[in-house]
Formats: sequence, C-alpha cells, structure tokens
Amino acid sequence: MLKLLPLIEDAIKKPIWGCQMCGQCVLHSTGMVCPMTCPKTLRNGPCGGVRENGNCEVKPDMQCIWVKAYERKDKLPLPNSWRSHYNDLRPPVDMQLKGTSSWLNLLTKRDQKRPAGWQAVTENTGE
Amino acid sequence: MSRVSEILENSKEMLFTVEFPEIDSGGMERIAKHVDRIAPWFDAANSTDNTAAHAHASNTAVAIAMKIYGVEPILQIVCRDKNRLAIQSDLMGAALHGIENVVMLTGDDVSAGDEPEARRVFDLDGPQAVVVAKVLTTGQYLSGRKIDPAPNFYIGAVENPAAPPIEHRIQRALKKHRAGARFLQLQICYHPDRLEDFCRGISELAPNLHIIPTVVLVKNEKSLNFMNDKVPGIDIPQSTIERVRDSTDPGEAAYQLVLEQSLHALSLPGVRGLHVIDFRREHSLERLMRELGRTPQLQSPIEYQWRK
Repeated sequence: MLKLLPLIEDAIKKPIWGCQMCGQCVLHSTGMVCPMTCPKTLRNGPCGGVRENGNCEVKPDMQCIWVKAYERKDKLPLPNSWRSHYNDLRPPVDMQLKGTSSWLNLLTKRDQKRPAGWQAVTENTGE
Repeated sequence: MSRVSEILENSKEMLFTVEFPEIDSGGMERIAKHVDRIAPWFDAANSTDNTAAHAHASNTAVAIAMKIYGVEPILQIVCRDKNRLAIQSDLMGAALHGIENVVMLTGDDVSAGDEPEARRVFDLDGPQAVVVAKVLTTGQYLSGRKIDPAPNFYIGAVENPAAPPIEHRIQRALKKHRAGARFLQLQICYHPDRLEDFCRGISELAPNLHIIPTVVLVKNEKSLNFMNDKVPGIDIPQSTIERVRDSTDPGEAAYQLVLEQSLHALSLPGVRGLHVIDFRREHSLERLMRELGRTPQLQSPIEYQWRK
C-alpha cells in the first residue's frame, strides 16, 4: 500500500492541479494552485516579472500562478486559516522528497524537516 | 560596517547608489573608466549578476574589482543561475574580500536573455535567498555547519511596486523583511501613484525597512518603448511615452522625466535614497546628480597595483 501511495497521489493530483510530486505539498496555503507549476517553481509569491495583465513573464499566454492563487484563496470556500498562510515564508524545496507521497510525508512530519540553519534563523519569526 | 549600512541605519542622509555597467572584457582598465565617471557621485554601486539573463563577468569578480578602486560594492545575487551551494559560496567568497552589502533577488528568467535554451535553476527564490544570507551571518551554513568567525552582511532585497497583484506587493516586501532584509531596492516604476502607495504602506507597517526606489536615465521614447515591450514587470503608460516622443527635444524631455521621477521618489515616506541606472552614459548622469543637490566626492580611483 505504501508503495502505491505515490502512484495514487499522482493519479489524483496531476490531472486536477498539475501536481509535480514535489513531496511537500502546500496547495492548501496557495488557494489550491500548485506553486510548482510556476515556470520558476517559486514557493514564495509572485516574482517582479508579472505582466500588466497579470500574466507570466515566462509564458505570456498563461496567468501568473501566484496571481491566480491570490484570487482563488479568497474566492474558493477555504478555511480562513488556510487563506492566512498565503504569505508564509516557505523553505527551499527538499529535493530528496521529489517523487514521494506528500500525504505520507505529512503523516510522518518528514515534510516539516528544515535545514538546521534555516530552522535556527526562522524559529523566532513564526515561520 | 559598510557605508551603506552606516548611512541607512545611523544617519538621516539619503543613500545614492548606481548600477555598475556590466563588464565583459577590457580588464581593470575598463573598470577604472567606469569608476572615474560614476564613483564621485554615489555612495555605492551595484554589481549585477548576469543582468537580463545575459552572461557577463561574474558579480563577485566585478564587486571585488570595484572595491580595489575604492568603490563600495552592493553585490547582487540572483537565483536563476546558481543552486544554494553556489549562492552560499558566492556570498562567502565576497565576504572573504570584505564585501558586506548584498542584495538577494529571484532574478528574471533565462527566457529573457540570449541563451533561452539554458537550464533555469531557481533552487532558491528571492525570500529564501535572503534567509540564506542571514543564516551565514549567524555563523553557519544552511546545513548548520559552523563558520567561525561569521561573515558580516548587510542584507537587502528588491521588490516591484507596480506588478500584479499590486495590492500584495507590500506584504511580499514585508516577507523579505521578516526573512532578514534591511533595505529594498525597487524596480523602476512608471506609475507614481503605485510607487507612492507602496512606500506609504511600507513606512507605516515597517518603518525600519529602508526603501531605495530606482530611476533609469533613458535617451528617448525608443528606450521607453523597449522597456515597455521587452522587460516583463515594467509597464509604462502610453501618455508618458507620448510626452517624450511628441516633445521638440525628446532627449531633454526624457531627462526631465527622470528628474521628475527622482524628485517624486525622494519625497515619499520611507524612502531613504535613490538607485540610478544609466543607459545614456553621457553628461546627463552628472547633471541629474547636481540637480538633485549632490556634490562630487573626491574619490578618484586609487592606483591599482597591477596597473601597467
């Protein structure tokens, strides 16, 4: 079952959210828009290259996923606690988790593991 | 303590910084030529990191070269070309040469440059890169491995006050402040109202976050059109472009636009200086600085020991 979990997660989340199986899902905090679908895979909000019409710097025909997330976090019927996480300071992606199940990593708290330096500096900022 | 941090943290003076031209070749003589022209007018100069996704002499190498000539560098580091190991080694290499001012930014995409087929990295993003610089100052690498003594960085970030979602930009800047940024160099902004709202918001919510808006000395309406069309995140109202285009002297009108932008920016709450990018590369830089009340500081380049 555990071996099947990444396959099941991928099968569900890829068609709906374009899931990239980063293994450390933050969808709930980004208006159910996956930040890994940003061409720059930015986890901390819109870059400075967003076009005047709200579209992506890299793909001019695509809406910036962070603009989309900004709108959806308020439009979708999400808990307020999720909305309030939009501007969280998210740690760098742990590349070791790529391809693993974020559900499992959530249960085991593996996705909460931060580099020691990151932990030390962000401890007091409530991140 | 760097001059930049001294001015921003311990004085009420305005800080004037300039974008050092990108360097490809020509050795230290080329550096000296730029230093001669711009150094007397500024407190510090930004050493850019493969600006607009075009390869140039490395950010750290140019920052060291500037320092040799007595110019205080602000080292820019972008996340496009280097992973977290390389970014930390850039920072530590700079620290080795006594470079303290750093500006950590996400950086534009490889598709903005002349090698769009390159692999984009973005192992970190702008706010994460700010944290990484901060981590080093606490005497450890990101991994926790000790550094003794710890390097001393004065950390800055950037923000674009005019890009969507505009109402979120203040919060995003505050995130960088929480991450460890003490000052913000802003993207050039052709919407005075957006710049004003941004600065007002920051000065109310984070009075200790120093804002340095940017102006770009452009030649004429062609440069404005170029930026408007080619630089993502920069939007220039058509009326602004027409004002320059329809003038009897477009060069002078372009200059007056920059002077007006500078005076406006310097009048805003929370603003502690001005960053200047010079695309004209002639006497108008000197003229702008004089008209902003700056007097040239006598710091002709020191004789470089390897100079023939």
